[in-house]
Amino acid sequence: MADIESFREETRAWLETNCPPSMRTPMAGEDDAVWGGRNYQFKNPEAKLWLERMGAKGWTAPMWPKDYGGGGLNNDENRVLQSEMRRIQARPPLFSFGIWMLGPVLLEYANEEQKKEYLPKIVRGEIRWCQGYSEPGAGSDLAGLQTKCEDKGDHWLINGQKVWTSYANYADWCFCLVRTDTSVKHEGISFVLIDMTTPGVETRPIKLISGSSPFCETFFTDVKISKGNMVGRLNGGWEIAKRLLMYERTNISGFGSNTRVDVIDLARDHVGLEGGKLVDADLRARISAHKMAERAYALTTARAQEEAKAGANVSHMASMFKVAGATLNQERCELMVEAAGNRGLGWSGEGFAPEELAVTRSWLRSKGNSIEGGTTEVNLNVVAKRVLGLRDTQ
Amino acid sequence: MTFTLNEEQRLLKDAARDFCSEQTPVSRLRKERDAKKNGRDPELWREMAQMGWAGIIVPEEYGGAGLGYVGLGAVLEETGRTLAPSPLLSTAMIGASALILGGGDAQKAQWLPKIASGEAIVAFAVDDGAHHAPGRSALKVGGGKISGEKKYVADGHIAEVFIVSGADGLYLVKADAAGVSRRELFTVDSRGAADVTFKDAPTEALSGGAATRDAVLDRARIGLAAEMLGQAQAAFEMTSEYLKTRKQFGQVIGGFQALQHRAAKMFTELELTRSCVYAALDALDRNAENVAEYASLAKARAGDTVHLVSNECVQMHGGIGMTDEHDAGLFLKRARVAEALFGGATFHRDRYASLLGF
Repeated sequence: MADIESFREETRAWLETNCPPSMRTPMAGEDDAVWGGRNYQFKNPEAKLWLERMGAKGWTAPMWPKDYGGGGLNNDENRVLQSEMRRIQARPPLFSFGIWMLGPVLLEYANEEQKKEYLPKIVRGEIRWCQGYSEPGAGSDLAGLQTKCEDKGDHWLINGQKVWTSYANYADWCFCLVRTDTSVKHEGISFVLIDMTTPGVETRPIKLISGSSPFCETFFTDVKISKGNMVGRLNGGWEIAKRLLMYERTNISGFGSNTRVDVIDLARDHVGLEGGKLVDADLRARISAHKMAERAYALTTARAQEEAKAGANVSHMASMFKVAGATLNQERCELMVEAAGNRGLGWSGEGFAPEELAVTRSWLRSKGNSIEGGTTEVNLNVVAKRVLGLRDTQ
Repeated sequence: MTFTLNEEQRLLKDAARDFCSEQTPVSRLRKERDAKKNGRDPELWREMAQMGWAGIIVPEEYGGAGLGYVGLGAVLEETGRTLAPSPLLSTAMIGASALILGGGDAQKAQWLPKIASGEAIVAFAVDDGAHHAPGRSALKVGGGKISGEKKYVADGHIAEVFIVSGADGLYLVKADAAGVSRRELFTVDSRGAADVTFKDAPTEALSGGAATRDAVLDRARIGLAAEMLGQAQAAFEMTSEYLKTRKQFGQVIGGFQALQHRAAKMFTELELTRSCVYAALDALDRNAENVAEYASLAKARAGDTVHLVSNECVQMHGGIGMTDEHDAGLFLKRARVAEALFGGATFHRDRYASLLGF
């Protein structure tokens, strides 16, 4: 206990010295998120400084081993770090698919050389990764993917197309599922790493209903990659793919918790109170139910963490959390638009405040929550089969 | 905050599960219903009291175990699983809480030992009318006398003493006192209740006014939510088992996606509700500031969940679920009563919104 208290004091002092003032203010929007990478343009020099300092300390990935650039913290120390960062309202120094998704599976499945090569650069935010999973013909049925990877003796040759590749147009590298055996389905998939600057790689942004373009189509035409760029064994990629999806689902399900404007405040402002109660009784009841669901979700996350700490295997819960989290965020966005009234129906221009436009855009963007990272329907299948043991139709 | 039972609570819960499955499976309620016992089972209550359940939260100096609400909640959850018909909630949770929170020394000395031993059954008389509205009571109290009417008092037909809720606080009234009359109600859940009339009946006030009343009501809600969690869990397990065994179109019906997704949805709701109930019990033991929020959260979520699961339990069983012979109906009936007692989901959503300031 004394150790953890002294760790808290040291951490507090270090953050006090090293977290720049502008990094202790709430993020105004998604534009303030720092993603790093070779070509990243920092809007704010203090954001760069903050990333460099946290990266050098390994605290962008606090629990990864020090050997691979991580912070080497245990559970309790990490909790202290997170609570100390919250205390000063420190922004996350780095948003990274490398940290959230790829890193954890590299730690588990990659060889020593690969870990040494890729992990430290993820920690320091030097390389930005994207995810090459879905294809035009392989969405919910991901294992139906067809991007071909052929053994050419001294290299792999890749041909095919990926879709819904998040931020592929900004990414330096791609972790990618490819077909190495066409005679079988799941057992013919491998997991490879591709440098996006390799000749034959092309990306094209996809414009969404929200007006933003967070996703791309990615094309691979005769792309040559080194033999050393396969993670795990040949045709052993599906297991890694599923494990990574688990991390992705846990991550997406947390989207709703990082809210800027609270729906209650929005409703107070735009709908109004009478005798302390929202004037629209029906909306009030639905917001209340939503707030309860939000609390229930947060409590369940805390319970799962506590059970995991006590040694219980809670990995099967990822699909449940993904479904519940997506539902919750969509519900929240719907209520925000409703509470904002006509202020939530703008598209652009100065007639609407930026936070009003954000309400509209977030609502449209949230429609993807129940599709990306496995649709709600696919995740319900997973819960039914793996958790409840309900047999599939023969 | 913690969601994990300690060793003592774990033992209590395991013992409760064994006792309920052996001594009071659902068939016990069915048998009593058929014999028109209307929730009268003094033998079961005696056995529960011998297990120490009646005095779980009663301090040791008054003959109880001096354990917390988490332990009592764990037992209530287990009794919910088998629909065990007993005044455990009314007496061990509500009666004991009312005296611990609002009783004077003499009142505690008079009642707590009798509660802990199972000798005195307590009933909580809350609502004047058809709906839960504890803040609006026409109860009249003055000069040590109480007058008014209370409807659908759970365990009111078997109670020795009433905790009566008024707009300004709680009052203790002996059931056999002059001026107390009760009409026994035969209720849909076969547990029984009573409409009670007080006409200048002698009474003693508990201290703390409306604050004590609300604190006791919140304990009633949280305790009932724990029982409802057990009901919902058992009804879900029964349904899930049926999905794995019932065959139609040459296959088990659990293979149909239309049912799989609904089962997954029920599982999710159960897990979310479980966290709310455990957090609420823990909040009581921690003496947390926002117990009221936790109580409304737990009761509303438990109500919605047991409603969903008990209805799906009937639907997924098909025709057999509509028969009196099957247990699905017993769960549906108890669920409906538990949903309404101490405020339904609508009441608690309204209250939660007010607590959150909108």
